[in-house]
Amino acid sequence: MKALGNVRICDFTGQLAGAGATKFLAAFGAQVIRIEDPVQQGRWDILRNMPPFVDERRGPDLSGAFNNHNVGKLGITLNLRTQRGRELLERLVAISDVVSENFAAGVMARLGFDYERLRSLRQDIIYVSNCGFGHTGPYSTFKTWGPIVQAVSGLTFQSGLKGQPPAGWGYSYMDHTGAYYMAIAILMALYHRARTGEGQWVDMSCSEAGASLNGPCLLDYTVNGRRLRREGMPDSNRSQHPRMAPHGIYPASGDDEWIAIACRSDGDFARLAPLFPGAEAERFARLAGRLAAEDELDALVARTTAGRDKFELAAELQRVGVPAAAVQRPQERIDGDARTREWGLWPTVEHSNMGKVRVDGLPVHLSETDWEMRRGAACLGEHNEYVFGELLGLPASEIEELRAEGVL
Amino acid sequence: MSAALRDLRVIELSSERGALAGKLLADMGAEVIVVEPPEGDPMRSHEPFLDDEPGPERSLTWWHYNTSKLGVSLDLEDESGRESLRRLVAGADVLLECEDPGRLEALGLDWPDLRAIAPRLVHVSITPFGRNATGANDAATDLTILAGGGPVWNCGYDDHSLPPVRGGGNQGHHTACHYAVMSTLVALLAREQTGRGQHVDVSMHAAANVTTEAGSYEWLVARTTVQRQTGRHASQHVTMPSQVRCADGRYVNTGVPPTRPGEFRALLGWLDSLDLRGELPEAVFLEMGAERGERIPLARIAEDEEIQAIFGAGREAVNLIASRLPAYDFFVGAQNCGLAVGVVYSPDEVMDDPHFAERGFRVPVEHPEHGRSFVYPGAPYRFQATPWRIARRAPRLGEHNDRILPSRDDRVARHDTTGES
Repeated sequence: MKALGNVRICDFTGQLAGAGATKFLAAFGAQVIRIEDPVQQGRWDILRNMPPFVDERRGPDLSGAFNNHNVGKLGITLNLRTQRGRELLERLVAISDVVSENFAAGVMARLGFDYERLRSLRQDIIYVSNCGFGHTGPYSTFKTWGPIVQAVSGLTFQSGLKGQPPAGWGYSYMDHTGAYYMAIAILMALYHRARTGEGQWVDMSCSEAGASLNGPCLLDYTVNGRRLRREGMPDSNRSQHPRMAPHGIYPASGDDEWIAIACRSDGDFARLAPLFPGAEAERFARLAGRLAAEDELDALVARTTAGRDKFELAAELQRVGVPAAAVQRPQERIDGDARTREWGLWPTVEHSNMGKVRVDGLPVHLSETDWEMRRGAACLGEHNEYVFGELLGLPASEIEELRAEGVL
Repeated sequence: MSAALRDLRVIELSSERGALAGKLLADMGAEVIVVEPPEGDPMRSHEPFLDDEPGPERSLTWWHYNTSKLGVSLDLEDESGRESLRRLVAGADVLLECEDPGRLEALGLDWPDLRAIAPRLVHVSITPFGRNATGANDAATDLTILAGGGPVWNCGYDDHSLPPVRGGGNQGHHTACHYAVMSTLVALLAREQTGRGQHVDVSMHAAANVTTEAGSYEWLVARTTVQRQTGRHASQHVTMPSQVRCADGRYVNTGVPPTRPGEFRALLGWLDSLDLRGELPEAVFLEMGAERGERIPLARIAEDEEIQAIFGAGREAVNLIASRLPAYDFFVGAQNCGLAVGVVYSPDEVMDDPHFAERGFRVPVEHPEHGRSFVYPGAPYRFQATPWRIARRAPRLGEHNDRILPSRDDRVARHDTTGES
């Protein structure tokens, strides 16, 4: 059984911040119909032409990035500049449960499909919009992408070493996470509708979702008046809530190899100390003493780690019950990690143009209605016949005509 | 207005790993009962503290992650405590727990035991590696999860003699919680059709692994490895810096330089208004960008020197202005030119920002025992019909024992719920 087999989504999402949400829902059986613009050949979504590619071929139906975020969805083209295109969208909305999009604020209204219009087409429609700053407020017209959201929400600043500029996140953490909140919003709205019959609009501001991920730090300011912008802060390889020491990322043998070690308690320290010459001094036995000499202790730990293999030392620390992990490279965690392999975390999907491609799976398993990923992302307009023919009942001749007229 | 999850009852076994998942459900109206051991959850000893004084009712970490929840204390090492939990679970829709693999089984409280008394229950387990993983009981923290799971490899500085960086804020916990909530809701929607519950196994390690964007798919698709860079995406090839220090010492992310004629025109106007055009020898190329009929084609940048010059001039202009203005003024000014840039706020600065304030991100929450309210971060999403809402401050230890636990005969820990800590 498909958990979401009775859910149809009229999907305008793109990139990762939107597409990631409907990818999750499609994996549980939702029918996600992704709408793209035939005139711009899919350029609503910049990822359609972005690397990586499986071979030397290039083009909107060959991007590994786009494929990764759009597994299992249907793809149609529809020119909303035309009257006929807008009519077909109206019919599609009328048979959909959800309309999802992550355009800049105001784009859906300009296309003629704001919430009030959507609701007139289907009274209990769920409309979830996700943009950088939401649909109201002084920044509602501002443009963003993942790193901009991360900067303004405080996440970039939160990531860095003492005395250095912000390191930030080396990827769009808030595109992933914005997609997670968008999926949660869609699912909560579906749950509410299942109980009450009531649909609604959810206005998501990705930067608000991001800001909410710094809770203790925000309360330290609103309650205690303490700001994070202060001498020696942030220092995010260390642990602030709770304090731990040693707690950091230390060099291991080899070029650019590292190991993470977290000492949660005096007990952890007593068990790790024998592995690090000099650590057994009495003054390090209690947390207060270790925090008082944090830099010295880090240097002491690093002296030992620098000569050790990251995997071997991590295993040795785990044997005495201390949290430790090699900083894994992509190849190591994808192809060399028994845990991700056993989990089935990298399923292979079949893409019509790219062939078999591995993608990010899901980090959950449901005992009765688990997820499945088989079909790759849709090529541009790949499912026009199915959606306009089977779902909307247009004869093949009319679909051909619409294509010739540039509506599809 | 009603709440989206109004009729949902969730039993949460307290843990820093899963607390955000319970909060996300509770702030949308679910009745979430967080179950702590009699001595209180360890999170109560986590910094920061109200007025910097430690105390079980003073941890701001506990306050933040447990809003809108009810709280009881139970000793699961004791049979009467376990019986109380069984009764709670029998009347619940969801059990959310982060116990070490094997503990609930040893206590007779695992999914097979609970399914027998609560066939409609959705039992959600968040564990570091998944309940049946190789080395399922290895020790883990947010740091080691993000290091082993991929995010850390992507984050840090151009200078690779500096260690890679774990982003702050316990985001490894958060990512697992996001997947836990998504999956819980999927299981609840499935139950609407089947009438049956199920078990949901969430792996923190797997959650980190699929939250690294190109870090994973560059390898999956093309067997290429991204390398970390200061303040921007890790990449197979070195890319231009996009983080600039402004006149007030704060940083901005300058995003992608202008490519459209309108953006070049706006940028020229901004330079003029700041009287800076004369300081930019490349301004002539901005004029060329402004006069073109369409955006400069970046696909041809490698072979076209004019495109290189125009694109480079846009970056120089942005960097010049950033170096002359305070970060906030640069952010607003550049956005008004249509450029996607951002001020690198410290998290607390968000709470003073006019946009966040106007949208109601500052949410006062009453703390009756202190006779005042404190300001909390607000909604991650704006539900129009069923608004997100903090129903109450986090529970004090054992605060709702009398109201919730089935019988006074249970030998559960009782605590004074009225006094000041």
